[in-house]
Amino acid sequence: MNDKLKILFNGIIAENPTFVLMLGMCPTLGTTGSAINGMSMGLATMAVLICSNVVISLIKNFVPSKVRIPAYIVVIAAFVSVLQLVMEAYVPSLYATLGIFIPLIVVNCIVLGRAEAFASRHGVLDSCLDGIGIGLGFTVALTILGAVRELLGTGKVFDLTVYPEQFGSLVFVLAPGAFIALGLLIALFTKFRSAKC
Amino acid sequence: MLEYISIIITAIFVNNIVFAQFLGICPFIGVSRKLSSAVGMGAAVTFVMLLATAITWALQDLVLNPFGLGFMQTIVFILVIAALVQMLEIILKKIAPVLYSALGVFLPLITTNCAVLGVAITVVQKGMNLGESIVYALATAVGFTMAIAIFAGIREQLAWTSVPKAMRGVPIAMICAGLLAMAFMGFSGIKIG
Amino acid sequence: MKSTLVNMVLSLGIITIVAAGALAGVYTATKQPIEEAKAAKQKAAIGQVLPEISFNNNPADEAAEVTVDGETVTVFPARQDGELVGLAVESHDTNGFSGLITVMYGFNPSGDITGYAVMQHAETPGLGSKMGEWFCNPAHSIIGLNAATSNLTVSKDGGDVDAITAATISSRAFLRALTLADKASKQFADRQ
Repeated sequence: MNDKLKILFNGIIAENPTFVLMLGMCPTLGTTGSAINGMSMGLATMAVLICSNVVISLIKNFVPSKVRIPAYIVVIAAFVSVLQLVMEAYVPSLYATLGIFIPLIVVNCIVLGRAEAFASRHGVLDSCLDGIGIGLGFTVALTILGAVRELLGTGKVFDLTVYPEQFGSLVFVLAPGAFIALGLLIALFTKFRSAKC
Repeated sequence: MLEYISIIITAIFVNNIVFAQFLGICPFIGVSRKLSSAVGMGAAVTFVMLLATAITWALQDLVLNPFGLGFMQTIVFILVIAALVQMLEIILKKIAPVLYSALGVFLPLITTNCAVLGVAITVVQKGMNLGESIVYALATAVGFTMAIAIFAGIREQLAWTSVPKAMRGVPIAMICAGLLAMAFMGFSGIKIG
Repeated sequence: MKSTLVNMVLSLGIITIVAAGALAGVYTATKQPIEEAKAAKQKAAIGQVLPEISFNNNPADEAAEVTVDGETVTVFPARQDGELVGLAVESHDTNGFSGLITVMYGFNPSGDITGYAVMQHAETPGLGSKMGEWFCNPAHSIIGLNAATSNLTVSKDGGDVDAITAATISSRAFLRALTLADKASKQFADRQ
């Protein structure tokens, strides 16, 4: 039981994909203009990650090792396309907001990275837990970054006003603020992690 | 002619792929410690992006659209890009060993460079014709090369400065990128024609 | 598993076929919901831009393409018992701050603007993106204006409309799309 929990929590703190592994930077920067967008992107990625981890773990013994990467890419791309269609059908406005970053989950290094580093070596249950853990870590990171940018930029978090919009510095919602806020958050995370151990 | 110039200026400066569209960040951060490797990466991306955009554009126009297979776009494009990168690696090794030794190490990294897939999808979404697509791909790649080269130049200097411990590495690089993005915002709103 | 040519081709082939098949299945299953979602969005926008006009037809069924100055826009006529009571026009401009903007405008039969709904844009968050609220805020509203009596350009260009603070380019694009929609609605009404 303990190992299972360890796999789950590994992705949130010790191997947080954004703050520690620093993978998947494009959607991290591109979709975190607000907390809700960041969270949605994180959840979308998590859905693909869990599905692809499970399927890859199931087929790992039938795929010749030389063609495993193309095979994984096909599996991931199929799940991403399914996600695109489902989102377009049931949450069209969110699909429009996240735009090109949804199809680009295919090339998110986190997804292929976990397929190669974890799912191709572990059982179905463990791979599923790893997908949930890493996916949650990514979602938490994107939500925090989105919330920080939204708060500093517009004075709101999840659309709830914290302080008047006039005092916000809009630059945090724009492109430069994405880089700066993420840089500072990574530094903070590193600081706390090194203080702990 | 004017629209091509407009596409070029927009793609390089106004809508720079790294600073405004947030694509290709992984190589931008990962391969920018040294100027020489940054330029190599930029050249490899330019090469692949041009070829990939031309091929995927043709596939979309000749195969996917006529047969109503638009929903297969993501899967087809990523496979084409992956296969293209593999083939380029083999061909370059055989016929241009010099070029291969310069670009070879960067090629495998390009499959998961979202800038390449991003541009391929963008030109389809914007409904560009073949000429516009190729010009757009080339200009975007030039914009990427310029961004990564400028950034590598800054990071080479940064290596000599003393930075607070927690800020070392990626965090300070991110903040530099943020300042560069701010500089690039000066180009925003520029219109030609 | 060993990497022989046969099993490499076979396994990749099987995976691709299964993936493509599954995708085709999902595509067929979601095709109708996607179309319904698009239709619902359009219908909601038409209702929003013609707020105080009651009509009993479905404007989307009578959608007509109108070409003005080389640009094609879509006109949705709203009718009460066959009589034209309002027009919703889906117009666009490609020179927004970040390219294309698509806006639906509503007009009553005398040409007054009854409302608008931004359908699609990529304008800067916090600046140009405010166009959704700005032009219906009473302080600088365009609702009730008529192209025959007002100059629908920003005040910087000598017009009667206040541009969004620090987003003149977005405002100009918005008003160009409005002018296009207005011309299209007149052209459509003349044809009736």
